[in-house]
Amino acid sequence: MTARTSRTVASLSAVLLTACTSFYEIPIETPIKAKLDVDAFQRVLVAGFLAGGAEDVDGNLETTRLLRSQLRTKSQLRVIDTDVLPLMEVAGEDRKTDGAPLPAPIKDDKDLEAYEHVFADADYWKKIGEEYQQPLIVTGTVMFMSRQQTQLQQRESEEFDSLGRRRTVAERRLVDRKGFGLTGRFIFIDGRNGTTLYSQRFTESILYDANRQTPALSSYFELMDKLIPSFLNTLSTQKIRGTRMLVK
Amino acid sequence: MLGLLLFAAVSAPVAADARDDAKDQVRFGIRVAQLGLWREALTHWERAVKLDPTYAPAYNNLAIGYEQQGDFEKARAAYEKAIELNPNNTYIKQNYELFKEINDRTNKPDGR
Repeated sequence: MTARTSRTVASLSAVLLTACTSFYEIPIETPIKAKLDVDAFQRVLVAGFLAGGAEDVDGNLETTRLLRSQLRTKSQLRVIDTDVLPLMEVAGEDRKTDGAPLPAPIKDDKDLEAYEHVFADADYWKKIGEEYQQPLIVTGTVMFMSRQQTQLQQRESEEFDSLGRRRTVAERRLVDRKGFGLTGRFIFIDGRNGTTLYSQRFTESILYDANRQTPALSSYFELMDKLIPSFLNTLSTQKIRGTRMLVK
Repeated sequence: MLGLLLFAAVSAPVAADARDDAKDQVRFGIRVAQLGLWREALTHWERAVKLDPTYAPAYNNLAIGYEQQGDFEKARAAYEKAIELNPNNTYIKQNYELFKEINDRTNKPDGR
């Protein structure tokens, strides 16, 4: 028996063995422990975000609204309802003494970097904390930008030769895709002393067929949908539902 | 020679008994897991791997039980043992892939 034949026999018997195995599909709920211990807090303040990129979506306002509504229904913390902090202005005020103007509006990650010193300003966050009875403060950055990419797409087409025999031919072509990308950071600040407790980076993107017209706001929500479970899991234990195969 | 033959003759049924007992434990574990009694199921699958440490399904089910309890370290070890014992079982491999996806997501490094 050649090596090839024995390999084939081995893989065939593996398939047969699996086929003979009894299995039972069972739903499971996997608990994922919270990344941050928030027992010390009763309230949460989603303060606002440094946001930039596409002008069709106000990343600061939309992210704040969305996170507040998610926390209201899916966390034990009491959500503080208040105006969204104008973090760009706050960061700008800080810089006035240095004399260097900050880039406005924020168009890319480099522009955003110039503002990020605001998160390290413990005095400022402590002051905000005092104002709202020392809550857990959620803030961060959000860059929502349009993206365009050319991708290689493979498609199979049917062909018939002169004798009428059918064959499939793999056809490769370049296609234009466009969509959006969402990058940034969620930052969790201790409202009692203004220090950063935890920070979580995120990157998500979505691309559609170039002819498809997708409103920026709906893409923004589509992308945030992917980030929300991980965001919530920072503050509370989450359960991920799935199915597994029990075998006997 | 005679001794060896005698040993083989005696040990074969013992091994078969162990496998049968392990299978019983696995079957019962499955029944109680289907009723949502995961702790009880875990007890039976743990017993099964003790009875027959070469029985891959017992390790697979044990891994699922640990996953359900959120004990990822033990789940990984049990899945890896199941795959080591039966590397070609597509159900076990599929379970392990799904587990890894969740586990990797949980352990994704987040910068401070």
